[in-house]
Amino acid sequence: MSKCYINNNIRKLRFQADELTQQELADKTGVTRQTIVAIENGKYSPTLELAFRIARVFNTPLDEVFSFSENPK
Amino acid sequence: MDNKEKQVLVSLISTVLIFGFYSLYVYNHYIAGNPAILNDFKFWGKAFLFLIPVTIVAEIIIHIVFAIINKIVTNEDMDTRSDERDKLIELKTIRISHWIFIMGFLLSMISQVIGMPPYAMFLTMIASGFISSTTSEIAKIHYYRKGV
Repeated sequence: MSKCYINNNIRKLRFQADELTQQELADKTGVTRQTIVAIENGKYSPTLELAFRIARVFNTPLDEVFSFSENPK
Repeated sequence: MDNKEKQVLVSLISTVLIFGFYSLYVYNHYIAGNPAILNDFKFWGKAFLFLIPVTIVAEIIIHIVFAIINKIVTNEDMDTRSDERDKLIELKTIRISHWIFIMGFLLSMISQVIGMPPYAMFLTMIASGFISSTTSEIAKIHYYRKGV
């Protein structure tokens, strides 16, 4: 598995956004549900464009959705 | 196992089946009765060229049948969309596939340099095509499961 140093709060933000489902988030950002699952589980680091689209769905700044750490979780 | 993994697994199985049955067909109908045909370049040209349409048609049929079975069993439509993660995985696996095929191509050339018969070159090329294709599918499953 590739080392993923990007952590995210997508699961928490989905819960706060009226329990938005992974499929709904995927539809709003134009990717498949599997990609959202992979991002949430730290198995895939999204492109900058997708990261911004995800942040826009939650209407929050990018750094509240994603954070960078020196060591993988 | 998610939809993408299932699709890749079906591709892997279909590649093995198509290649296996095609090889058996060619062997039984052409090579078994006349082994000398192995040194006929026209035969190898035909064998390579026919493999392309056979593979395309068989892959389409297998994927349609799989989509129907999947719909009946899970009552879910296959998501055939391809997003940035799919494209990244595709690029990584194509690179692996190309490297393996290039190695096979070099081996096939070496076989001629060391004086092996011409059919050794064609067999090596076919084998490297098959191995590169199956390795690419296996790598895709690995990337979908373990992350990319």
